Amino acid sequence: MFDFYFELPLLLRLLLQGTVVILALFPLAAACSMAERKISAWIQGRPGPNRTKPPIAGFLAPLGLVASIPVLGTLLQKFGIFQLAADGGKFTFKEDPVPGHVNKFYFILAPIASMIPALSTVAFVPFGAYFNAADELVPVALAHVDVGLLAVFALGSLGVYSLILAGWASNSKYPFLGGVRASAQLISYELSMTLSVLPVFLWVNAPGGQGTLSLFDVVQSQSQPGFWGGTWYVMTMPVSAFIFLIALFAETNRQPFDMPESEADLVGGFHTEYGAFKWSLFFVAEYAHMIVGSGIFCLLFLGGWNPLPWVSLADTIHALAHILPCVATPLFMALIAIGIFLGKVGFFIFFFMWVRWTLPRFRYDQVMTLGWKKLLPLSIANLIVYALGIAWLQTR
Amino acid sequence: MAVVTVERKPLSFLERTYLPNIAAGLATTFKRMVQPAETLEYPEQRPAIPAGYRGVPTLVYDPNGREKCVSCQLCEFVCPPKAIRITPGEIAHDDANAHVEKRPEEFKIDMLRCIYCGLCQEVCPEEAIWLQNQYSMTGYTREEMVNDKKRLYELGGTLPDAHHKWDKKKAAEEAAAHGGAHH
Repeated sequence: MFDFYFELPLLLRLLLQGTVVILALFPLAAACSMAERKISAWIQGRPGPNRTKPPIAGFLAPLGLVASIPVLGTLLQKFGIFQLAADGGKFTFKEDPVPGHVNKFYFILAPIASMIPALSTVAFVPFGAYFNAADELVPVALAHVDVGLLAVFALGSLGVYSLILAGWASNSKYPFLGGVRASAQLISYELSMTLSVLPVFLWVNAPGGQGTLSLFDVVQSQSQPGFWGGTWYVMTMPVSAFIFLIALFAETNRQPFDMPESEADLVGGFHTEYGAFKWSLFFVAEYAHMIVGSGIFCLLFLGGWNPLPWVSLADTIHALAHILPCVATPLFMALIAIGIFLGKVGFFIFFFMWVRWTLPRFRYDQVMTLGWKKLLPLSIANLIVYALGIAWLQTR
Repeated sequence: MAVVTVERKPLSFLERTYLPNIAAGLATTFKRMVQPAETLEYPEQRPAIPAGYRGVPTLVYDPNGREKCVSCQLCEFVCPPKAIRITPGEIAHDDANAHVEKRPEEFKIDMLRCIYCGLCQEVCPEEAIWLQNQYSMTGYTREEMVNDKKRLYELGGTLPDAHHKWDKKKAAEEAAAHGGAHH
C-alpha cells in the first residue's frame, strides 16, 4: 500500500518525515497556549475565551464556514479554537518593532536559536511503534539512534543559549537579569535531571547485553512479559521519576520555577523587549520543550506507548486484532501506539498547567537552594542506592 | 489580659517536603476546575439587581400619567457634581393638571457628571426622581450622555404609588370653596 513511499530517495523521505513532525509539533505547541488559557480559566471559575468567531465573508470565509457548521462550529468556538487562529494571525502580521538600544543581530538571532533545539530534540523521541512483517517492534521516530537520550539532553540544553542571548542582546536590565537567572537555573537542574535518569539506564544496560541509551530500548524493557518485565519504571524508581519531573519543570521554565520570565519582578524576563512574531517564537519553543520533555518522561518512566502497566502494546494489538482484523496493519498499529503515547503526553501537559495554577512561584534563592541543596544530594543518593541495588540484582 | 504563649510546633519531615500540601492544593484546584464557572457571560446573562440599587436617575409619572416633578429644583441644588439642570415651566390654565401649577420645561441630567449618590432621590418632596436598575450607560458623544426630559421619562416609566397628593389637595380646595368657609 505504501510501497511508492519507500521507493522515494532516502533524503526526500527524511525531509518529508521531518516536515510532517514539525508541522504537527508547531501547531500542537501553539494549541497548548489555548489549553493553558482554558485550564487557567476553569480553575479560576471562568469560562475562558469562547467568543471569537470568524466572519463568513472576506478572506476568512473558509474558517467562517467551519464556524457555521451546527454543532462542531459552536464547540470549536466554545473551546477558543478560532481565538487561537486569531492570535496566530495577530502575532504573524502585527508590527514587530526592534528597539533602538538592542544589538540587532543577536536580538533577531535569539528567537530563531530558541526554535532550533525545541524542534530538533523531537527527532530523537520515538512517539510510537508498529510490528513489521517479521513481527518485530519498529519504532516510529525520525532518528532511531543509540545515543537517544544523550542527544536529547545535548540539544535540549542548547535552549538556554537562546535565553541568555535574548537577555544580553536586549541591552537592558530586566532581560539581562532574566537571562542570568535562566542560565543559573537551567544549569543547576540539568545536573539532577541527568543523574536521575542514570538508574534507568543502569537497569536497561544489563551486563552481557549491548550498551544503549536509546529511548526505544527503555520502553522495550518496560514491555517484557512477567511481573517485573511489565512494571513501569515510575513504580520501581519513584524517586528518579520524581526528581526528573521536578527538574523538567525547572528546565521548561514552568511555574513554580519561572525564574527566566519572573513576570512578577522582571516584567517579562528575557523576552521583555520582544513582541509580535519573535515573542511568539519563544512562546512556541517553551511549549515545544514541554511536549518533548513530557514525551521523554513518558518514555522513561511511564512505559511509552504501552497502555497500562503489565499490558504491553503487543498484547493490546493482538487483542484488538481479534475484534477488528484491520488493526494488524502497520498504519493502524502505529496510529494506536502514537495515540496512546500522545494521550500520556497530553496528560502531562495538563499536569504542567494544573501545577502552574496551584503553586505559588519560588523565590530565586529558594530555587537555588532546592536545586543544589535538596535535589542534587537526593539524586546522588538515589543513584548510589540504585547502582548498588542493580549491581546486586543483575550479578546474582 | 494574660499573655498566652502559643508554642510553634516544628514542621514534620513530610511538611518540610511540601508534598502533602502540594497534593492537597492540586486536589483543591481540580475540584474547582470541574465546578461550573462563577462568572456571568455578560451581555446574554445579566446580574440580578438587588432591591435599593442606585442605577441611572430617572423621572417618573404617577398612575394617572401626570409628571410627578413640579420643578422645585431641590435636586438641582443638592446635586453634588451639579449634574442636573432644570428649566421650570408653568402648567397652562386649561390643563387638567393646572392645580399643580408647575412642571419642568426641560430636565437634563449629565450622566458624565452624575455620581449615582442618590441625593436627588433623597431630597425630592414629590418622589419624582428615582435611581432605578439601569447600570449601563453608553454613548459616542458627550451630548448623547446627557439625558433630557423625554429620555428620563422613557427610562423612568410610571411609579405605582396611590398617594395622589395633588388630587387630594385639589379636592380639599374644592370642598372648601363649596363650603365657603374661611376662604
